Formats: sequence, C-alpha cells, structure tokens
Amino acid sequence: MKWNDSVFYIYEEVSSFEEFIVQSTQDTKMHGQPRKPLKPETAESIAKATELANIQSQLLFNHQNKIYDKQALNISSRLLEINPEIYTAWNYRKLAVQSLLQSLTDSDSIKPILDEELKVVESALRRNPKCYGAWHHRRWVLSKGFSSINNEFLLLDKLLKLDSRNFHGWNYRRFVAALKNVPAEEELRFTTEKINANFSNYSAWHNRCTLLSNLLQAKAQRFFPREKVLMEEYDLIHQAIFTDPDDQSGWFYYLWLLDETVIPEAPFLISSFPAPGSTLHLFTNSIMEGDLPLILYFNQPVGGVNSSTITVNSELSICDPIWKPISANKSGRAQAWVTYLKIPNMNSYVSKLYLVEVVIGHVAGIVSSNSFHYRYPSQFKFSLHSQDLSVDSDEKCDGAVVVWKDENFVIEGDVIKNINSSGVSFEAVEINKEHQTMVSNWSIGAIENEINLFRELVAEIDCKIGKLTLARLLMALDELMVLFNDRRRHSNEIMELYNELIKLDPVHSRYYMDERSLLIIDQVTSSRESMVQHCSFYKGSKPMSFSSSICLRLSKLSLTRIGFVERLLWIQMLDLSHNELRSIEGLEAMQLLARLNLSNNKIRSFTALEPLRLIKSLRVLDISYNEIGLHSIDTTRYLCSTPLSQSTEADRKLEEYVNDDIKASDSWEAIWIFGDLCLTQLDVEGNAIDGERFGKLVVKAIPTLKWLDGMCVR
Amino acid sequence: MGELEIDKHVQYILDVEKKRDFESLLMEHIRMNGAYWGLTTLYLLGKLEKVDQDAVVEWMMKCQHDCGGFGGSIGHDPHVLYTLSAVQVLVLFNKLDMLDAEKVSNYIASLQNEDGSFAGDIWGEIDTRFSYCAICCLALLHRLDKINVEKAVNYIVSCKNLDGGFGCTPGGESHAGQIFCCVGALAITGSLHYVDKDRLGWWLCERQVKSGGLNGRPEKLPDVCYSWWVLSSLIIIDRVHWIDKDKLTKFILNCQDRENGGISDRPDDAVDVFHTYFGVAGLSLLEYPEVKPIDPAYALPVDVVNRIFFGK
Ligand SMILES: [Zn+2]
Repeated sequence: MKWNDSVFYIYEEVSSFEEFIVQSTQDTKMHGQPRKPLKPETAESIAKATELANIQSQLLFNHQNKIYDKQALNISSRLLEINPEIYTAWNYRKLAVQSLLQSLTDSDSIKPILDEELKVVESALRRNPKCYGAWHHRRWVLSKGFSSINNEFLLLDKLLKLDSRNFHGWNYRRFVAALKNVPAEEELRFTTEKINANFSNYSAWHNRCTLLSNLLQAKAQRFFPREKVLMEEYDLIHQAIFTDPDDQSGWFYYLWLLDETVIPEAPFLISSFPAPGSTLHLFTNSIMEGDLPLILYFNQPVGGVNSSTITVNSELSICDPIWKPISANKSGRAQAWVTYLKIPNMNSYVSKLYLVEVVIGHVAGIVSSNSFHYRYPSQFKFSLHSQDLSVDSDEKCDGAVVVWKDENFVIEGDVIKNINSSGVSFEAVEINKEHQTMVSNWSIGAIENEINLFRELVAEIDCKIGKLTLARLLMALDELMVLFNDRRRHSNEIMELYNELIKLDPVHSRYYMDERSLLIIDQVTSSRESMVQHCSFYKGSKPMSFSSSICLRLSKLSLTRIGFVERLLWIQMLDLSHNELRSIEGLEAMQLLARLNLSNNKIRSFTALEPLRLIKSLRVLDISYNEIGLHSIDTTRYLCSTPLSQSTEADRKLEEYVNDDIKASDSWEAIWIFGDLCLTQLDVEGNAIDGERFGKLVVKAIPTLKWLDGMCVR
Repeated sequence: MGELEIDKHVQYILDVEKKRDFESLLMEHIRMNGAYWGLTTLYLLGKLEKVDQDAVVEWMMKCQHDCGGFGGSIGHDPHVLYTLSAVQVLVLFNKLDMLDAEKVSNYIASLQNEDGSFAGDIWGEIDTRFSYCAICCLALLHRLDKINVEKAVNYIVSCKNLDGGFGCTPGGESHAGQIFCCVGALAITGSLHYVDKDRLGWWLCERQVKSGGLNGRPEKLPDVCYSWWVLSSLIIIDRVHWIDKDKLTKFILNCQDRENGGISDRPDDAVDVFHTYFGVAGLSLLEYPEVKPIDPAYALPVDVVNRIFFGK
C-alpha cells in the first residue's frame, strides 16, 4: 500500500526542509545527496560556477537599476530555471510585470504578459515542486484575475498525482477553490477520490477532517443528522486502518471521529466543592480567615462565570461573590472557578446548619473556548454544619513540623464518617435529561460497536494502534457511563492494554505510562470504597480549616502525571511521594490543599511547580529528593508566566529581589514560584541546588517560612 | 557510533564560509540564515571566539535596507526571515546596540495585516513562519508593543488543526516545522493555553521512527533537521519524555561526517551547515554533555536569552 509508486518514493527522498522554513534549494542541495569524497574542482565545475555568479550579479544589477527590457527579463528567467529559490529574482519579475502593465488596460495585451509568468513558475516547479517563491508568484499572478482557474485545477491534478503529499499543492488547491467559490462538498469529494486511490495519504485525510468538521458545524444540507455522517466516516476509516494498521495516515482522523462521537459540544459542570447534596462540617477555626472556597469544575475550560451567570442563595452573607478562574493564563477561561463564602465567626456558636443553593446558567454567558454556550441550566444544594469542637487553633497546628512518615499515619476513628462530612460526593453531578439523551444512546452504541471491531483486530494482529485505540475507546465508554452513575469499569482490560503497549512500542513507553497513570488515579478515586483504601489520619493532627483531617495517600503507585483532580477538590492533605511525577499540571484546582508531599519524584525544575502558585491555602510543602537543578533543559520554562513570555507582573516581582547577592538570571525560577506562596514549612534537600544560596533566597521570598529542611529559620 | 566530533564540525563551519563553488552560490541568497546557523553552532560548541565578529557585523550591516529590513545577502531584497537571523546574530554577539531597533521593529510591524497575520515582505506572502519571525524578533528587541499581539495570536490559533498541529495558513496541513513556529510564537507571547498539549504531544512523539530519527509529517522519512522542529515543540509543551531520547541521540551522531566534519539529513548523505546546526541544536535539547543548552522558543543559547530578559 505504501511506496507503491516509484515517483512517490523519489519525492519522499526530498521531502523535509524544503517544505519548510527558508526558501532555498535544499531539496536538491541539502537533502538526499549521497556523501562523496571531497574532489578538487574541475574546469567544468569552475565554469558552471562562473556562469551562475555572472547571471546572479546581472540580475541584482538590473534589479537595482530597474532595467526591465527583454534581455534583462530573460536573464531572470534563466536564473530562476537554475535556482528557483532566489527570491529576489521573483520580486524583480513582479516589479517588471507591474511596470509593463502600467500603460495597459485591455485584457488582450495584459494576458500574454501574465501567461509568461505562469510559464516561468511552471518550469521552476518542475525543478522544485516545493519552491515557496514560485508558488507565491503564481498566486500573485492569479490574483490579478486574468488567468483561467480551470487550468490551475488541471495542473494541480497532475502535480498531486506525482506527489499526493505536496502540501504546497494542497494549499494552492484551497486557494484556487476559494477563488472559484468551489463548494466544500465538492472538495470533500476530491478527498474521497484521493483516499480511495490510496489510503496512505495524510494530506487528504487532513483536508477531509477540516472540511467535514466545518460542514457538520454549519449543519449543512446532507450533513445532517451528524450521527449518520459520522457512521459513514467510521466505515471509510476502518478500511484504512484495518488494511494497514501500521500506516499512520488514518490514526489522527480516527481520534477526531472519536471526539466527535463522545465529547458533547456544550460545556457542563462535572464536579464542585462542596459537592451537590453533600454536608460539610465546619470547625471554629480556619486557615482562610472565615472564607470557604466554593469551587465549580467544568468538563472543559469556560469563560463568563460571574455573579450574573451563577447565583448563590444562602443565609450566609455573600457580598456579590467575585468568581476567579483557577488558571495562570490570561485567557480568562478555566475548567475550575472559585469564589469565597463568608463564614461568620463561629467561636460563640454551638451548632448550626446552613443551606446553600447554587444556580448555574439560567442567565446565558458561560461559554467554552470554541464558543459553545452552557446549555443546561441547573441547580444544586449543599449544607454547612458548624460545630463547636474546642480544637486547638491553627496557630498551634502549624507550629509543629509535619513529618511524612508512615508511622504518623493511622486509620483510627471512622474514615468513612469523616469523608461523609467533608463536602464530597461520589455521585455524578446531575445534568438535565436533555443532555443525557443527547450523549447517550447513539454515542454509547457507536462506541460499543467500535470496541467490538477493535477487539477483533487486536485478537488477529498484534498492532499498537489497535491496542491504543481499544484502550481509548474503553476509557471513553467508562467516562460516558459515569454520567449515568454506572460504575462498571474496564480498568483491568485497559491496564493490560497499556502494559502490553509499553512492551510492544518501547520508544513511546513514557506516553503509555502517562496514560496508565491517569487510569490508576481513576481507579483509586472513582468510588468511595476505593478512595477509603488510601485515606488515613495524620497522627495528632487536629481538624484543619474545614472538617476533614484526612490525608489522601497516593504514594508508591508509579504515578507519572496527575488527573481526575475534580474528584479531589475536598482534600487538604495529599501525599504523592515515591512516584515518578515530573508534572503536577492540574493540581491548582485543589483550592483547599494545605499540606503536600511531592518528595521522591522526578520534578525537574522549580517552574514545574507553577500550579502551586494558585493554591493560596498551601502551608507545608515537601519537594525533597527530586531532580531540580539536575537538567540543563527546562521543559516547563514556558508553561510558567515569566518575562520570557512577556509577563510584566513577573518583571516587577524579580526587580524586588535583584541585588549584589542574587542575580535574577540565576534565580528567577525560585523567586517566581516561592514569592507567591505562604509556606510555613518547606523541604528541598536531595535536589541539585546550592543549599546555602537557595536558603537565603527562600527565607527572603517567603516571610511566613518557619521550617526549612527541618531547621527552624524564624 | 561514539561521540560528537566537535573540532571537525567547528572546522567545517569555518571553512564553509570561504567556499565559492556552484553549491555555495546557490545558497548565496540565504547567507544571512547561514551566518545564524553557523555562528549559533559555534556558540553551542563553545567556539564562537574563532570568528572575527567585527567582520561579520560589518558584512551584515551591508545587507540592511533603508526600510530597516535585512536581505539574505548584499543586494538581495529585505525579508522578515533574514531580519530575524540578523537580529539573532547580533544578540549572540551581544551587539544589539549596533542596530537601530526602532527602525527594524517598525519594518516588522509594517508587515502585520488587519487579520493579525504577517507577510514575509512587501509582496504579501502570508505564512505562520513569518508570524514567528516577527514575534521572536520584536520580543528580542523588547518591542512587541509595536504590533497587535492579540490579533497575531488569534491568527496563529486559526491555523490550528484538529490533529493538534498547525499549518502555514488556516486549513493548511500540520507540519513539524510549522508547529515549531506556531508553538514558539505562542510560548513567547504567553499563549500556550491555546495548545492541546496531549493531542499535539502524541502527534509529535509519533514522528519518531524505528531508526530513532524524527520525521516531519506522518509517513515521511526521518531527517536530522526535525530533531530541532519536533524536539523544541515537545519541550515547550513539556511532552519530550514521550520519545526515546537515547535513540535519537544515536541517530544524530550517526549522521556526522567523521572525516571532514558536518552533519547531514540522514546517515551517509552529504553534509551542510543547516543540518549541522540542527544536529548540534538537537543534541543540546537532548542534554548532550559537551553542548551548551539552547532555548527552545527563541532558538538561541539559554544564557544569551537569559541575558536579554533577566540581564538587568
Ligand atoms: Zn532536513
């Protein structure tokens, strides 16, 4: 199926950089040329070089002196024949054409001049079909409106037969199709032809994906209902993938189809803190100075969450709550949003119950990043139960060093009872019926059908895309079923698939490990029963700000990344030690987190801790025994807002610290991350950093810090 | 197998500059890019002092036009591709004061269109490559306020595909080089939240083929230059661990001409400065011990970039 035609193969040889950044002759000069021993120059090669040097300098001379006579023009076309990449020669020809056309008005005399340009382009493209300058020259000529567009389609047919992956050709096709107002349906048919001629054509699949996605979105005639269209696409892609599973051409198209099948366009709420229907016990003291975070977590990033789209009804005083996106970026969109409820000073209270009602989306305005509106107005309630437990104040709690040793964690008392009063629920957030029927029947049926087909494929051939797709389909099905509170899961089958993939395709093993890590977190957090297995009390610890004094211990689970954070919103103490985490992306949604253990992981730099900057409640942090300072390349340098990415806020912050001792260029990461945290305890030993210098810096950066690596610093 | 032939590559780069044969003449119009590739390679190998910097700068300034833009060589038209290379070389030399930054940035700003896109020069070819060149250049000159950054970002986002990658113009097919330009520009403008990191990361990591090398699009042959385009993009979005770095390192080292210096696109092909630069820059991103670290977005050594942005 691949390489079935030798011309195609030849183009493969010359197919990379010339497709790319600088307009040059790399396809012939820089790619696929066998290495030869250095030879002395021959008379012939010297003559060739002299000729080229001559016409090159003649062209530049004519260009500079605006000489556009016949002889000068011939020199430029001769030069472009030898070296179509010399962009100044194309510019020269445009100037010449402009000058020739200046006095002409009738199309009979204009057309031959422009036709000549098309010829020059054609001979250039024969030398190098991927020459940027030649293609642009052609567009420039066509835009004048004197040339036949049909001829262009004929030319493109020839070109795309020779090399069906030439993306200049495809780009140019989109250009002329737009010039001629060719309907998208017709272009879609062209991709069907190309795909039927040869499945191994990523360019055609790509174009199909773009066209079809637009047609579906516009609900164009004959592209509605979408379910019918998608079923036909599944048939087409099966032929490609099942014919040659190792050919990547259809892989990404399939993934898009899967998205179209399972991901509802409109955003919806998947979780909150406190959870719908839950009870949260409050104690007399809180780290938040009486402010209880109210967190809403959506299935995708949204904007427009504010006091008009969300109403909070309660006897608790809420003075026009301001909703903040929990995100470091400046887009104003986030999956998680937070506001704060004012809890009255409870020192004198005995016991009281408050009911809070949250009303979402009755006023339009919540919108996803691809402009879909929140469509399911809904409401939920939770209750806050204030209790007078004369506990020690936080002052005392925070005063003691937290030691993350196994013997300090006990399962005394009733973990389940404690969880039940922590504002958590293990039921799916109820979304209204309209939404359920929309995602349900067809989607589930389609996915189940795909699962059967891929199970057959995998049973027949030991192929990676079969296994990976099957794992993705099963994950998607499980996630769909959660919306219906159906907790049957395929965890074991998926786990087995990822374990096999790690062996089958070791080059990408870390990708599969990351996916597996998400699966592990899914398993642990999906039900109360499994979560309880990982919960314990920190010995001697009094209840923290709100009811829960539970520590979720997810250590030694081979985690490489975090996921399903929406199920952890209520956690205040989290132990992630002894894993292989190199990223904590997503953790920022845990707005109640006060104590975090990340020791013995694979965190590579301070910038990887960026999510923590958004957790204002964090007091105790252990990042000892990671890989900070060990690597010369920082892979989170740009996932963190800094002067490198034009953050002026960061600029100002750094200026405060720069003095003779501290050079901003050496220490900006640490200043940036720790300058925003109110830690009382920090452990960093076991990283490749200069302890003494870092100590000075961090004590200055964190005025609240009391304990650094077990030593009292204040 | 074995290690990097640093001395031979340095000598190769120093010699290339003097060559005047047919092949070099074909490349005359991109000499400015060649200067950037060669000099950055020398810097990464710790050998920049072997170059007469004043002579290079003197030649470069002769390539600048009255409009502020630079041509690829003396007498060639100004274009944003060569303007970026010129600025990068001056940054490398720490000689930005040689430049009328105001004039250069006005030239670049004049290339922005109403929809936020950038033309490469006055002739109006539009491509996200030029968006990257413009944004990178202005950021290095601390002059991003000269353009409408929001519109520039929106245009790049409009070139995002459903496979997570980016094309030259809206609807254009994803290509590793183009992805570097778009992801790099989004990184520099603090706009990476527009990138679907997992989707793009999977597309990018699947560029690694059995030999360990990386290709630029599905079902294409591997090539050393993609060690840069793919790796830098993977690093910017923190997904570089999804490929096998050791295998890639071996692939690049296998593309060296151990006799005469230089690195080629694939083992046993003819070497050139372009692939020599991308091979060495790739090894730098792979944390190869004898090569200085390079910044994945600005495509300049990390210490040089830090000097620009934290050097007060
Ligand atoms: Zn290449």
